[in-house]
Amino acid sequence: MKGFVYLPDVVTLELDQEACIGCGICPAVCPHRIFEMRDSKAFIRNRDECMECGACALNCPVRAIRVDAGVGCASGMINTWLAGFNIRLRNDDSCC
Amino acid sequence: MSYIVPPGLYAIGEPEHDSPVVVTANYKMSYDLVRRTMAGRDVWLLVLETYGINVWCAAGKGTFGTGELVRRIETTGLSRIVSHRRVILPVMGASGVKVIDVKQRAGFEVLFATLRIDDLPEYLDNGMSATREMRELTFSLSERLVLAPVEIIGGMKSFPLAGLPLALLAAFSSGSFSINRFAVALILYLIAVLSGTLLTPLLLPLLPGRMFAVKGAVTGCACSLACAVILGRSPAVGPVDLAAVILMMTVVSSFYAMNYTGSTPFTSPSGVRREMQLALPAMAVTGGIAIILLAARAVFL
Ligand code: SF4
Ligand code: SF4
Repeated sequence: MKGFVYLPDVVTLELDQEACIGCGICPAVCPHRIFEMRDSKAFIRNRDECMECGACALNCPVRAIRVDAGVGCASGMINTWLAGFNIRLRNDDSCC
Repeated sequence: MSYIVPPGLYAIGEPEHDSPVVVTANYKMSYDLVRRTMAGRDVWLLVLETYGINVWCAAGKGTFGTGELVRRIETTGLSRIVSHRRVILPVMGASGVKVIDVKQRAGFEVLFATLRIDDLPEYLDNGMSATREMRELTFSLSERLVLAPVEIIGGMKSFPLAGLPLALLAAFSSGSFSINRFAVALILYLIAVLSGTLLTPLLLPLLPGRMFAVKGAVTGCACSLACAVILGRSPAVGPVDLAAVILMMTVVSSFYAMNYTGSTPFTSPSGVRREMQLALPAMAVTGGIAIILLAARAVFL
């Protein structure tokens, strides 16, 4: 996304180009235009800009894409982590 | 006030059997926004049960998902109401909806339209094709500002847990309580929260560092230095006080800036996890030093 890049080399996105059948759905569902079609194969343009939403992997008909999807939210993670110790700060998350 | 709209099929204008079907969540703000942008047109609006949560968050949780879409298409009898077999979804819903499954189970084709509801009329006028801009996420100043109130209120919730005890501790100097010190400490805490929840999001693309915690530390440190200059004029304020103020405000601002990752549309969970692993220990150490300084000042300095 223009002007915004998060940490480099952390995202779990993987594309198996061998398996790709070139259906073209991953470029259509990705909100960050991570994919591009080249010679009827999907191609990752800018891996670091992926936010791991999982839309591409969910919709790929041949499971050529793998990503550990979730919502990147520190307070959500802190709450989950505290809940592991049976501590509950607030029951409504500020984000999702 | 209720933020929930009953799920089901709604008519905007006077839609016919060939009018487009737009799908949204039953979060009142999304629903109202779609109605407003679609005013003057004839479209069907299919509202899914997401328990009052917006499309993006509901898609992540799976409530704005394949199952609910298929169920809602069936219970509303959509296939008898419209003659075509297409439903239009916001791109942000794609992480919950599997296109081929909807096609197989409900017989409807899913079209992912635009990211922003505002672009929907143009998309429809273009014969349901999206331009590149409509599909590219942005995070403009106004988009960041809209989120600020939620962040600030979220930040204030920690007040009894962190702000109040800190201010109580800071109110003591050499064993005696001062209401002035207490009041000033409360105000400084509020400034630090605003630095993390408002100033950092505002300046987001301009601030150095990729980690939000670093960005928040920069604004927090700047705010605290400005406060320290003003406070330093008072003879009652010592160097230990100033050091504690600078450290603590930087930590508080940094923490809230890190929380802001939950509101941005470009932070991956793996990245947030990495950031937390690095930033939380640094915050704990810095905050700990500030508390030791305050405690020392409270008792004997
Ligand atoms: S996980 Fe989301 S952001 Fe990442 S490539 Fe897939 S669709 Fe794009
Ligand atoms: S969705 Fe899968 S098969 Fe289709 S283009 Fe993308 S990687 Fe290839």
